[in-house]
Amino acid sequence: MSEMTMDTPKGGARTRERVAAGIARRYRSERRFRLFGLVAIVSALAFMALLFVSIVGKGYSAFVQTEIRLPISFDVAVIDPQGLRDPDEMRAANYGKLYRDAIHGLFPGVESRSERRLLNGLVSSGATFEIRDAVFAAPDLIGKTREIWVPASDDVDMLIKGHIDRRLPEHERRMSDKEIAWIDALAADHRIETRLNWRFFSQGDSREPELSGIWGAVVGSFLTMLVTLALSFPLGVATAVYLEEFAPKNRFTDIIEVNINNLAAIPSIVFGLLGLAVFLQFFGLPRSAPVVGGLVLTLMTLPTIIIAARVSLKSVPPSIREAALGLGASKMQMVTNDVLPLAMPGILTGTIIGMGRALGETAPLLMIGMVAFIVDVPGGFSDPATVLPVQIYIWADSAERAFVERTSAAIIVLLSFLIIMNAAAVYLRSKFERRW
Amino acid sequence: METAILRDTMHTLSDTHAPEGEAAPMTAKIEARQTNVHYGDKHALKDVSLDIREGEVTSFIGPSGCGKSTFLRCLNRMNDTIDGCRVSGTVMMDGEDIYDPKIDVVQLRARVGMVFQKPNPFPKSIYDNIAYGPRIHGLAANKDELDEIVLTSLEKAGLLAEVKDRMEAPGTGLSGGQQQRLCIARAIAVSPEVILMDEPCSALDPIATAKIEELIDELRENFTIVIVTHSMQQAARVSQRTAFFHLGELIEVGDTEQIFTNPKHKLTQGYITGRFG
Repeated sequence: MSEMTMDTPKGGARTRERVAAGIARRYRSERRFRLFGLVAIVSALAFMALLFVSIVGKGYSAFVQTEIRLPISFDVAVIDPQGLRDPDEMRAANYGKLYRDAIHGLFPGVESRSERRLLNGLVSSGATFEIRDAVFAAPDLIGKTREIWVPASDDVDMLIKGHIDRRLPEHERRMSDKEIAWIDALAADHRIETRLNWRFFSQGDSREPELSGIWGAVVGSFLTMLVTLALSFPLGVATAVYLEEFAPKNRFTDIIEVNINNLAAIPSIVFGLLGLAVFLQFFGLPRSAPVVGGLVLTLMTLPTIIIAARVSLKSVPPSIREAALGLGASKMQMVTNDVLPLAMPGILTGTIIGMGRALGETAPLLMIGMVAFIVDVPGGFSDPATVLPVQIYIWADSAERAFVERTSAAIIVLLSFLIIMNAAAVYLRSKFERRW
Repeated sequence: METAILRDTMHTLSDTHAPEGEAAPMTAKIEARQTNVHYGDKHALKDVSLDIREGEVTSFIGPSGCGKSTFLRCLNRMNDTIDGCRVSGTVMMDGEDIYDPKIDVVQLRARVGMVFQKPNPFPKSIYDNIAYGPRIHGLAANKDELDEIVLTSLEKAGLLAEVKDRMEAPGTGLSGGQQQRLCIARAIAVSPEVILMDEPCSALDPIATAKIEELIDELRENFTIVIVTHSMQQAARVSQRTAFFHLGELIEVGDTEQIFTNPKHKLTQGYITGRFG
């Protein structure tokens, strides 16, 4: 350094001067850039944390449900008046009367019809099924009296969970002072408890928030994803392999490539309209069915899978292809023995990410009728069904206060599925990543 | 992918002009006559006529971009895989035109093996690397035969002692020189007649290079070998015949000793004495 400046004193000195003058500015701009990056990441993380906190904060309470313990007397006269033990007859019995009698028994002072109706309203109408199921599970209950936990109505649930403010004046509140007094009396008698809400995970949708569950939507999503995966994965991989390894490179294949890239950018609702016009109107497939949902989502997912598969096929080094061809492998042998196995992790990652997108998709499914209110858990690909994101949409649109927490809880479930899928993609990528 | 094979039906073998220094052929394994290669608009190889003799090592030398690798890749039709590459003229192997549409390229490449510049083992076990060729061509009837082929090939490539305890280890985990010998073993496992080597030592250190050169000398007994090299010393050490290429043309071909001691062409002399290239 010093030698150089000695050799060219004038030029060297000038360079040094210029560099010294600019160096602080250079470092400053680097620091600024780093700061911006840090701020961007921190704010992104903060927003994500906010999202999670707000959703989990709102949704966790849906995983428990307020229940009331009632001394049900399984009256033979109500359940099986003829004493035939005929299941059809017993199924049609008026079990509602049993829980109404039980709660009236707890509050003997309540006499007027309107007050009695109010008292009945504390218990969910789902109690009917609860009692019926108890009878069918253990028929020897008939004629005896047992303490049974039955679901409370959504208003009681909201009060217990603190979503109804007791301090408000009575006329601004959803619950009268009388109802609150009854609930407090039940609670004092240890007859009210919040228990794990298994209905949420095992039931289909319902008009009654306390009886509604996401199982129907989960099954619908699963069936839809199954159709999507079964169609889009083989089709997408075959397309990518053909385009990348076999097709001649000419104007025609260029046009195909451009169009595939364009398809990936088309708004999903357009695919929904296409599905409505083609699958429902033209082919006459059933409305609201997972098979149609899967077909529509296949259209949407295919470009993603094709693009991901082509990129990972391209990234297989040419030396591997040369090695195979140089040994006399045919093109098909080269693809199946060498290129595809090496590209598979990338293809799988792309597929999982495409499937994740499809799982979270709502708009195209609205178009083919999967937004319908469906109580039954779908049993097959052509049964009417809904899917998780659409279920969230339906609940978010419902008036009852108790659906707010259920909406968030469904979002938690959907997000967990997406996180699991993305984690699987990351795992596959790191597990099968090869160096060469 | 689109390789149009243009054939000049007018010329016959007799009226081709062998380049200066071409000796009367002994037993020519491969005879190339007026071979031309175009990459799109680029004329990469111009009217090359050359004999590769059986049981000898022929080396191709010349400066970068002179067409020596291009010509090498004509001999097993690896140029077929390059888009926009056209080959014309004739390349005869044992009297058969290898560019004849009736010739199956898979069969040809089973007869003409190739070793590449960069060692390119498959990301599989050492065993599976060697067994690859026999498997795709169905050369082994059973597992024992396959084991036999793998062991002999490794033995011939001088790698057996180093890897016999770790046949299931990945081939990519070997050192560069071992990987290249693995690639040579993989090529000879198919029992080809000719082995093409495209600068097989350019990515290796001098010790690994010496081992490969020794191996080439041993393999000469059983195979006809063509090697492209940037190192003139290497050409002098391993080959019996040397061909000098320049700007897509074959300038001179002859016995290695003659090329390096008494080159007939000015350009050859200039290249081997280090005046250019």
